Amino acid sequence: MQLIDKSVIAGKRSGRLALNNSMKWAFFLCTTVGLVVLVTLIVDTLMDAVGYLDWDFLTSFSSARVESAGFYGAVIGSLWLMVVTVPAAIFLSVATALYLEEYAPKNRLTDFIKINVSNLAGVPSVVFGLLGLAIFVRAMAMGNSVLAAGLTLALMILPVIVVSSQEAIRSVPSSVREASIGMGATKWQTVSRIILPAAIPGIITGIILAISRAIGETAPLVVIGVPTTLLVTPDGVLDSFQAMPMQIYAWIKMPQEEFQYLAAAGIIVLLAILLLMNSVAIFIRYKFSQRY
Amino acid sequence: MKKSLFLAALLMSLMFILAACGSGEASEEESADDTATEESADDTAEEESMVEEGSEDESASSEGSGPAVMGGVNEDDEQIVGEGSSTVFPILNVLVEDFNAEHGVPVELGGNGTGTGFSALIDGSAQFANASRPISEEEDQQLSDEDIDYTEVLIATDGLTVAVNPENDFVDYLTFEELHTIFSGEASSWSDVRDDFPDEAISVYGPDQSHGTFDFFNEEVMDEEGVDAELIQDTNQVVSSVIGDPNSIGFFGYAFYVENQDNLNAVPIQGPDSEEAVEPTFENVMSFDYPLARPLYSYVATEALENNETLHTFWEFVIVNSADAAEAVGYVPLEEEAIQEEYDKLPNS
Repeated sequence: MQLIDKSVIAGKRSGRLALNNSMKWAFFLCTTVGLVVLVTLIVDTLMDAVGYLDWDFLTSFSSARVESAGFYGAVIGSLWLMVVTVPAAIFLSVATALYLEEYAPKNRLTDFIKINVSNLAGVPSVVFGLLGLAIFVRAMAMGNSVLAAGLTLALMILPVIVVSSQEAIRSVPSSVREASIGMGATKWQTVSRIILPAAIPGIITGIILAISRAIGETAPLVVIGVPTTLLVTPDGVLDSFQAMPMQIYAWIKMPQEEFQYLAAAGIIVLLAILLLMNSVAIFIRYKFSQRY
Repeated sequence: MKKSLFLAALLMSLMFILAACGSGEASEEESADDTATEESADDTAEEESMVEEGSEDESASSEGSGPAVMGGVNEDDEQIVGEGSSTVFPILNVLVEDFNAEHGVPVELGGNGTGTGFSALIDGSAQFANASRPISEEEDQQLSDEDIDYTEVLIATDGLTVAVNPENDFVDYLTFEELHTIFSGEASSWSDVRDDFPDEAISVYGPDQSHGTFDFFNEEVMDEEGVDAELIQDTNQVVSSVIGDPNSIGFFGYAFYVENQDNLNAVPIQGPDSEEAVEPTFENVMSFDYPLARPLYSYVATEALENNETLHTFWEFVIVNSADAAEAVGYVPLEEEAIQEEYDKLPNS
């Protein structure tokens, strides 16, 4: 007895297989487009930067003379900026996400807040700059300090980390959560010992994306009035500072051609520092995905 | 218990790593700082001595009354902060660097736009605002509302340059009226500008509204009617657009023309009350014979000039050395008498 008519299956099968194959290639092509553009950009920038990227470039302050211009002040300034932005953003946004997912009552108000937090992620960065100018720089009289700019950038990247943290917390299986509570653990014990450790890999993915955005952001810093020339590095969070994207932007605007190459060298340094910071985060994520 | 300790330890270590990045650099900073300033002091030593010689000569010839840096610096003085025009920025940038090398005082300088500069001067976060246009009535009003008196100092001169592609051999000069026709969008081909020009499509470029250069052109040539052209934020892109398109015309600051003069043809301009077209050369811009020559300003808070000795010294330094700095970055310096005039504007400390 023949249960399956092979010819019928074969007739329909070829179409499905062709679709299967063509989708594979379509996805592959989409991936290559992104990669090719990225590689072209990096190679192009590197070609411009070669010859300007040396030790002097990293150890001297910015200058109006191409020969002596360097990136030192900008690098140190941006690192200071991250020292304020990263802890502030992580603390505020992980706490927000925990409240929204674990503590907040499930009602319309909470839903409304959640929707608005995700919408905040789409607000242009220059708007956050204006907010920072009004609140931190003027009202709280911090001036164009590391603290004011750092907090502004922290607010800017907050929604990105909140949304990804919410997602990560939500994906912790409720069975684990219920088991913990069933064993007599308090809410805080459950959150700190069960949920957070399990959610950390997801949270860190959000943090990586957010930091990458913060370190390269120019618009809010322009609005806050971060100086383009400053021949000292900050001694504390209340001092003014230079930042890498501002320095690159200032060089690109210069009429002399050589400054374009300095800007390229600056971009390479910025990318290198970004990669370094991200690899620390990736290492932590790896550790946690191993454990849980 | 163990798990929460581990979690806390990891979070702490993350913070520490980040903090260490910052403070580690900060402790190295001092030594690196010293070498950096020493190096730059070496670099500028030669130039400094030249500058000093120059000013000595001058003071000798005018029996000691010429402009010179007389004041000293005071460590207790408030940090000097300047903000303002990105056009004026390169000149002040050179001066800030040399002042730091000579007197060891790092001045903070921003180049975020003329408007930003004035708002910083108004809210007191800067003692001087650089401007590529004169102060507006509104800004003047806001300053007097805040009881801030200012001293207007001229720093250098810029010649707004109108340029065409070198392949363009028919444009020998343009009048203000013809510029108006081109930049108002009335002309779609070169023959609309003047009858004996060829019937070729015209493409028009300029820097966008964020630039004082735009404001100046809009006011002088367009009677504030606005510019109908492809307006670009980055002036370097305006230059490369003109270089890349044989039928194009564009305008930008003199420094951008000087950097690219092999690839651009500057158009002589005939002013509204003039019979003859003038080329944008160094001499013509300096003497203001070129109709689109414009002064570059800085507005300094007078009270700060009187009370902050270091700021006063810095401004003496700026005015005395403005000519060298302007030339170094492609601008046209003030004439000698003008420098004396600006120097005399500073209140006596």
